[in-house]
Amino acid sequence: MQQRVSLEDRQINRDLLRGVLEHPLWWFALVGFVGLVLLAGVISTGYMITKGIGVTGLNRPVMWGFFITNFVFWVGISHAGVMISAILRLTQAEWRRPVTRAAEVLTVFALMTAALHPVIHTGRPWRLLYWAFPYDFSRGIFVNVRSPLIWDPSAIFTYLTGSSLFVFVALLPDLAVLRDRTTGIVHHVYSVLCLGWRGTPKQWKLQTVAGILLSALILPVFVSVHSIVSWDFAVATSVEAWHSTIFAPYFVIGAVHSGVSAVVTMMALMRWLWKWDKYIRPEHFDALGRLLIVVSTTWFFFFFLEVLFGIYGQESPEIALREMQIFQWPWSMLFIIFLLTAYFIPVPLWLFPKVRRSITLMFWTSILVNIGMWLERFLIIVPGLARKQPLTFSWGTYHPSIIEILIVAASFALVAFLLLIFSKVFPLIPLFEQKEGQLFAKELRVGRKKVPAVIREE
Amino acid sequence: MAQQSEHKWGMVIDLDKCIGCQACVIACQAENNVPLNTEEIFNQKRAIEWIRVERYWEGEFPNVKARFLPVLCQHCENAPCEPVCPVYATYHNQEGLNVQVYNRCVGTRYCQNNCPYHVRFFNYWTPQWPESLRNQLNPDVTVRSRGIMEKCTFCIQRIRRTTRNAKREGRKLEDGLLQPACAQACPTSTLTFGDLNDPDSKVSQLAKNSRNYKLLEKLGTDPNVIYLKKVDPKAAEELHA
Repeated sequence: MQQRVSLEDRQINRDLLRGVLEHPLWWFALVGFVGLVLLAGVISTGYMITKGIGVTGLNRPVMWGFFITNFVFWVGISHAGVMISAILRLTQAEWRRPVTRAAEVLTVFALMTAALHPVIHTGRPWRLLYWAFPYDFSRGIFVNVRSPLIWDPSAIFTYLTGSSLFVFVALLPDLAVLRDRTTGIVHHVYSVLCLGWRGTPKQWKLQTVAGILLSALILPVFVSVHSIVSWDFAVATSVEAWHSTIFAPYFVIGAVHSGVSAVVTMMALMRWLWKWDKYIRPEHFDALGRLLIVVSTTWFFFFFLEVLFGIYGQESPEIALREMQIFQWPWSMLFIIFLLTAYFIPVPLWLFPKVRRSITLMFWTSILVNIGMWLERFLIIVPGLARKQPLTFSWGTYHPSIIEILIVAASFALVAFLLLIFSKVFPLIPLFEQKEGQLFAKELRVGRKKVPAVIREE
Repeated sequence: MAQQSEHKWGMVIDLDKCIGCQACVIACQAENNVPLNTEEIFNQKRAIEWIRVERYWEGEFPNVKARFLPVLCQHCENAPCEPVCPVYATYHNQEGLNVQVYNRCVGTRYCQNNCPYHVRFFNYWTPQWPESLRNQLNPDVTVRSRGIMEKCTFCIQRIRRTTRNAKREGRKLEDGLLQPACAQACPTSTLTFGDLNDPDSKVSQLAKNSRNYKLLEKLGTDPNVIYLKKVDPKAAEELHA
C-alpha cells in the first residue's frame, strides 16, 4: 500500500519547516478572518456574562442547549489525537507518521475549547473554582463527588495533561532542529523548550519509551473521557432520551468518528495550504477512509440500538420524544440531515478506493460527518429536555439566540486560530517521525533477498 | 446517618377540591419574593412559579372537562436533583425538605434537567420590581440574584419562625398552626400542610385516604407531596358506557 517516496533529510527539513520559517500572505489573511469571528464570540460571551443567561434561547424545559451540544462536540473531536497517535503507534501502523502531530494538537486545542463551554454556560461563571477543582477552599464544603459535573473536569484535565505531554514529548527532536536554524531571542526560546536535546542514542531511546508509555497510559483516559461526558446525560434518570445504558460506548465511538473525520479535514487543508503533497499523500487518506468505514458503521449500529432500546419499553413520553425527534418539523429535517451527513452520504462513498484517494472528496465528506455529528448531539440533548416527562403542561421547545450562534461559531474560530498560531511556531508534520519512517522502510539487498535495514526493538 | 428530626413536613393535595383559581400561585409569589412574570416571560417559558396550576383538557368537544393539577416541589426523599448538583446547593435536610442554598449555587441548571416535575426555576435576569412594589417584598426571604436556581421551600421562613416561637414558649407545635402561603390562601382547602411524622395530624390522616397517589411514582423519587385523585362518577359512567 505504501508508496516508496524517498526524500533526503535536508529536503524534509526544508519542506516541513516552511510553515515556521516562511511568512505567506494567506496565513495573515486567515488569522485575521478567524480572529474577527473569535472577537465576535468574545464580545458575545462578555455580553452574556454581564447581562445574564437570559440573552440565550434557553427556557424552563430546555435548560441546556447550544453550549452543551458544542461542548460534547469538541470533546468528541479531541478523540482524534489519541486515536491516531496512541492507538496507531501501539499497533505500529506506519501510515500514521505525517498525521500524528496535527491530530494531537487538534486534541489539545479542541479540549481547551470544549472546557470553556460548561464554564460560560453557568449562571455564575466566576464561581468556577467552587466546582471545577475538588477542593473546599474556605467554605467547609467539599464538592459533591456524586455529580457528573465533578467527574467532567477531572476527566478533561487528566486528558488535557496527558495529551499536552504527549505533544511536547513528540516535539522535542523537532524543537532542537528549530533551535539550530534560528538566531537571536527565538533561538533562546527554542533552546529552553527543547530541554537540551542533542540527539544522543540515550535521548532517542528515552523519547521513544516516553511516547510509548504515554500512549499506553492515555488509552484508558481516552475511553473514560467521553464515557464520563455521556454520563452527564446517562445518570439523569428524569430525561427519557438520556439514560440509555449504551450511552458510554455510543459516545466514545461517535467521538472517534467525528475526531478522525476532523483529522481528515485538517490533512486536506495542510496539503492545500502548505503544499505538503509529498508528505500527505492519497494513501494516507485511503487508510483513514478505511478506518472511518469501520468506526462509522460501529457507531451507526450503536445509534440504531439506542433508538431501539428507547422505544422498546413503549412508554408514552419516550414515544412522544421519538415522535418529536424524527417526525416533527423542524426536528425531522435536522434528523434527516443528520442521518445523511453522518452516515448515509459519506460511508457508501468511502467504499470506493477512488473516493478515498481523492483529497477534495475526502475533505467534503469529512466536513459532512462533522455537521452530522454536531446535529446528533443536538438531537439527543434538546428534544430529550423538551419532552421530559408525561406532564405535557411543561413541554417546550428551543430556539438558539444570535449570541449562542456567535459563541458556537467562535469556538470553531478559536480552534482554527490556535492551530494557525501553532503552525507558525512549531512544525505541524513531525520531522523526526518522517525520517524515522524512511529509515524503517529502507531495505538491504542480501544476495537475492531484500531484508529490512533496521530492526525494531519495540 | 444524619440525625432524624421529629418533623417530616409534607403536603396533601386533594384534586377533588381544586377549582383552578390560582390563589396559591399569587400567595406564593407575594410571600416568597418571586419576580413578576410578564406575558413575554411566560411565552418564553421562563416564568418562575414555585407552585403552578397545570390545566389539562379531558374529553372531546362538546363534553370537555378542565382538570387542574397544582404542581410544586415534591420534596422527594430520593430527589433526582440532589446528587447532580456539584456544589451541594441543593440537599436534603433532616425534616424531609429539599433545600436550596442560594449562595452555593453556580447555575449549572443540571438540577432542573434532572427534575421530572419541572419545579426548579432559573433566574435568567436580575429580578426587578416596580418602585411601587419595593415595600411589598418579604424581609424574611432572600431576593435571589441572577444566575441561580430557586424553587418551593414549603415556606421555610414560616416553618422556622413558628417552630422557634413554639420552642421558646415551651409548647408543642400545634397541628394546622403552620401553613405555607399557598395552603393558607387556598379557598377550598385543597392543600393541606403538616407533619407526616405525627400520626394524628390532618395531613397524615388525609394521606391514608384510598384515593392517594404520588406524582410520577414509578420513578421512585418518593415525594413528600401526596395527591388525592379526583373522583368524577359521571366521567366514569361515560367511560364505561
